[in-house]
Amino acid sequence: MLSTVSAAEKTKIAVKDLNFYYGKFHALKGINLTIPENRVTAFIGPSGCGKSTLLRVFNRMFELYPEQRAEGQILLDGQNILTSKEDVALLRAKVGMVFQKPTPFPMSIYDNIAFGVKLFEKLNTTDMEERVEWALRKAALWTEVKDKLKQSGSSLSGGQQQRLCIARGIAIKPEVLLLDEPCSALDPISTAKVEELIVELKSDYTVLIVTHNMQQAARCSDYTAYMYLGDLVEFGQTEQMFFKPTRQETEDYITGRFG
Amino acid sequence: MVDKHLSTQFDTELTAVSTRVLELGGLVESQIRQAIVALSQFSVEVANEVVANEVRVNAMEVEIDHDLSSIIARRQPTARDLRLLIAISKTTANLERAGDEAAKIARMVLSIINSGAPRNLPSLELRVASDLASNLLNKALDAFARLDAQAALEILKEDDAIDREFGGFVRKLVTFMMEDPRTISPSLDLLFLAKAIERVGDHAKNIAEFIIYVVKGADVRHTSIENVEQVVR
Repeated sequence: MLSTVSAAEKTKIAVKDLNFYYGKFHALKGINLTIPENRVTAFIGPSGCGKSTLLRVFNRMFELYPEQRAEGQILLDGQNILTSKEDVALLRAKVGMVFQKPTPFPMSIYDNIAFGVKLFEKLNTTDMEERVEWALRKAALWTEVKDKLKQSGSSLSGGQQQRLCIARGIAIKPEVLLLDEPCSALDPISTAKVEELIVELKSDYTVLIVTHNMQQAARCSDYTAYMYLGDLVEFGQTEQMFFKPTRQETEDYITGRFG
Repeated sequence: MVDKHLSTQFDTELTAVSTRVLELGGLVESQIRQAIVALSQFSVEVANEVVANEVRVNAMEVEIDHDLSSIIARRQPTARDLRLLIAISKTTANLERAGDEAAKIARMVLSIINSGAPRNLPSLELRVASDLASNLLNKALDAFARLDAQAALEILKEDDAIDREFGGFVRKLVTFMMEDPRTISPSLDLLFLAKAIERVGDHAKNIAEFIIYVVKGADVRHTSIENVEQVVR
């Protein structure tokens, strides 16, 4: 597998010989990958290729299911998160996740953001208000919700709910943000807003995004990984991947010749 | 030239636009050959025909550009599909300009004829050069149809030969003009014709560079032939 991360990039996450199993099923096969800091890295590939599985390993989300296990190393700033004794809740505070379907908590817009923050920080009311506004502004949602912060999060539109989830994710100031098909349930305008947001977020965070929409990967990522049947086929700069990929399999997939 | 996409409609569109480019190429090639016939035979009729056909060349260029825009808008092509469409666009522009050179030759022939009795121009040398140029264009179109980077490389080398031929021809004209100033006027006509022919060779060369761009994904314009050889290998 060819990996071409520019030498000037600082590594945020290094994946070494990662294997992942759903029971007996070998879902990720010897993945090696370095993810640069403050960049957007996109994971593309057909359904079942392992891209969402890989994403869930980065915050040990898979551990919620007893029959799933990961072998190998995931070094977050040099620390292997798979063997670390660190509390998984703290890990997930550092590595936030946003899912395919917007999942607002059944509470007010304000509390959706404040809830996670309260778990990790003791803020007074003013500081908390500031934090909520900061997160909502970052997620490009503030102007739309600032007059209805007491309303339920589920009263928002799908696109707004997804941006609320992103705001919730960044409110606890993570270092890495995992986005699992964040736009698949959104209309084009909301999608454009979320994409705009992704590009903006990378100045503060390392963003990993799984997407079925190749144009989306092309538009908003700096690096792209193409996966197929649990293998990482190719990883490189997005521009290169969409202009002249190194591997024939990658080219077949992104040009729609696959199958 | 186009292998299977999941969308057969996309394949059909790419094949159709590629075919149109080859048709345009065929037309331009025949325009160049006819322009040379007009020159060597001082034929008003043939020259007029070439000038009249320029409209067809221009119209085909516009149609191909329209088809290209439509494919890009609806398919958002990537990787080699994208490179192919960019190359088609550039190739079309080069073919149209090669067509312009043919029309330019035909117009000069008409103006030479209209300016009085056709001078006894030694057009034999030009015919050799123009055969070289139109053969080169033919090879470029052939290589384009097969997306053959190796053949494209050979074309780049051959164009260097045409350029050298042109340089030699210019030196010869200068000698003529120095020896006998009365040859200056017909020599200048010859110079312009030779330049037009040399430009056709350049357009063939540009097309060849875009074939390498499609196949190898490398832009070899304005680089040394050694670099191109390395890319193609």
